Amino acid sequence: MDSPFRGFRAIFYKESLHLRRDSMAIMFALLIPLVEMVILGAAIDTNVRQVKTVVYDQSGIMEQTGESHGSQQSRALLDRFRNSDTFKVYKYVHSDKDLTEEMIAGRAKVAVKIPYDFDREILRGDSAQVMVLLDGSDSSVAGQTMNVASAIGLDESLRRMLPPGEKPAIEIRPKVMFNPDSRSPNFFLPGLMAVLLLFVTTMLTAFSIVREKERGTLEQLFVTPVRPLGLMMGKIMPYFGLAIVELLMILAFMRYAFGVPIHGSVLLLVGLSMCYMFTHLSLGMLISSKANSQNDAMQRSMGIMLPSIFLSGYIFPRDTMPLIFYAMSYFVPATYMMNIARGIILRGAGLFELWGNAAMLLGIGLAVLLLAARNFKKMIV
Amino acid sequence: MSPAIVAQGLTRKFGDLTVVDKVSFEVQKGEVFGFLGPNGSGKTTVIKMLTGILPVTEGKGFVDGIDVTENPDEVKRRIGYMSQKFSLYDDLTVLENLRFYAQVYGLRGAEMKNKIEETMERNAIVPYKDRLAAKLSGGWKQRLALGCAMLHNPKILYLDEPTAGIDPVARRKLWDLLFDLSGQGITFFVTTHYMDEAERCSHLAYIYYGKLIADGTPDSLREIPDVSPPGTQRFEIATKDVTSALRKARKLPFMRSATIFGRSIHALMDEKITEQELTSELDKIGVHPDEIRPLMPDLEDVFVELTYKHQAEREAANGQSV
Repeated sequence: MDSPFRGFRAIFYKESLHLRRDSMAIMFALLIPLVEMVILGAAIDTNVRQVKTVVYDQSGIMEQTGESHGSQQSRALLDRFRNSDTFKVYKYVHSDKDLTEEMIAGRAKVAVKIPYDFDREILRGDSAQVMVLLDGSDSSVAGQTMNVASAIGLDESLRRMLPPGEKPAIEIRPKVMFNPDSRSPNFFLPGLMAVLLLFVTTMLTAFSIVREKERGTLEQLFVTPVRPLGLMMGKIMPYFGLAIVELLMILAFMRYAFGVPIHGSVLLLVGLSMCYMFTHLSLGMLISSKANSQNDAMQRSMGIMLPSIFLSGYIFPRDTMPLIFYAMSYFVPATYMMNIARGIILRGAGLFELWGNAAMLLGIGLAVLLLAARNFKKMIV
Repeated sequence: MSPAIVAQGLTRKFGDLTVVDKVSFEVQKGEVFGFLGPNGSGKTTVIKMLTGILPVTEGKGFVDGIDVTENPDEVKRRIGYMSQKFSLYDDLTVLENLRFYAQVYGLRGAEMKNKIEETMERNAIVPYKDRLAAKLSGGWKQRLALGCAMLHNPKILYLDEPTAGIDPVARRKLWDLLFDLSGQGITFFVTTHYMDEAERCSHLAYIYYGKLIADGTPDSLREIPDVSPPGTQRFEIATKDVTSALRKARKLPFMRSATIFGRSIHALMDEKITEQELTSELDKIGVHPDEIRPLMPDLEDVFVELTYKHQAEREAANGQSV
């Protein structure tokens, strides 16, 4: 009778009813994940391919007509560009002005200019120069196209320098492990899982308690024999259940709708995700112990969500972050979940490789929970 | 028979601030105890201590013979509490609200079912049982809230401004119900700002800045010397243009104090003045009353007088300490 969890059943019953009638919560948990997955899984492709390219080929200009159909050498080079899958030549222009105009208008991301003496320089054994203009307003496109263009140049030079039949002394044979096709869904969806779970766990739990503060029902509960632990657990568990349903739904979609293979153990993934849920449910509790209105709770939740999205390595790789942000990322629970999700799903990692991440999640969660419990004690008084 | 509620020198400090200062009173079983005082005077703090949710700094509190400091959980089991916000869940139906509170108090199975049905019948809310609490009017919400607070047969019920924002008919019905229940031995601890409700209580206490300054039946409070000093009497003077009449009447030498109540003046004056003398004195200063009649102090007079007196004492005390 006198268990520290007294009142759990009653609170759980009531909270489940709230949840069932709260269309916003259901939407957060089940609809938004679907939409986000479709957007990130299908629409966004971070691989740079078929970049619109404009060409001004001065070589091989007909003296009489002034028209240019390119020279033999320039056509060979441009074929390499075309066949790379990175570039898509959509237009030839016949003046520098037109070339820059295409770039300024944003129609072309890349402009290639082959000078009139291109063939002559090559035949003479000099270095023929090709100008490649890149649109730096999209840095990832500019970076990747620059690499591909340089590689084409280098490769074409080698081919011309080596006697026929000879092979380069060194050949790099890259092999991408874990995500061989560099598919974006494989990279984004496991990370998205961490971000989506965060909504349900942190925000909805915070709301559920703050709502009771606003209505004055929390005060009423303190006067009943319900124990603080029974109250907390009764409030947490329905959202914990919802988060697990959401997790399974995301996993199923990821696997069967987007074809992301799960290389590791699904059971381990669900187990370690629970550690992550625990951390964020505790954070939700902490927020609700401080916030006095749902608006306030919303703001505070954002304060947790933004770092989780930007510092966890979900979008920007942690390794290239400035030191201070890199250090901060160790305090963001989503960082560890990102490691866990990508580790299990993409690399087939096991508990041996990932236990440190789970330990951090549990550690942060426990510290936050104690802080929240202390705040609640103060609140009653 | 031990009293239902006992406060012995109950004190609560928040840091250096003493919010409740050595408050002592006893509430007998079956009493309707009205606990009054201005906002911020410490009423809620006293309720929190006597419901076992706020630790007592000094002194003792007993509820149904149980020490609130030693065994707050046992206290919580024996009391019901209804706040002015009614503390219902708007998105739950009447039945679901009742089920929730029944479970909170540990009721199960058939016992829970019977208790809920009994409560719904007593409060006449059976026809509304599947309606969302949000869709109930104020009076019905209040009945449901009272039902929720009483599911576990509490011996003592705390009602914190139970009739704030409720229409007069619902107010009257609630008070009838309270007296009905107090007849069955349930003790009520009620806070209110309505004087007509205070008049109906069998026992009143008035708290001002953390100090209990009055404690007794409504009739005994009317007779305390601070309110009705020896050698004084009260008259109600009904007149047109009360505002200017009040200004003039206050200048009369035998007038102790005068306040406006609606379209008349409540005046406290020397006992030796007769009704005829008062009429002629008023006539001299240009006040022509429609009616003059002797008056018993009502509770509002009592609390206003007490508040003024203690305000003056506080200010004097503060003045000395500066």
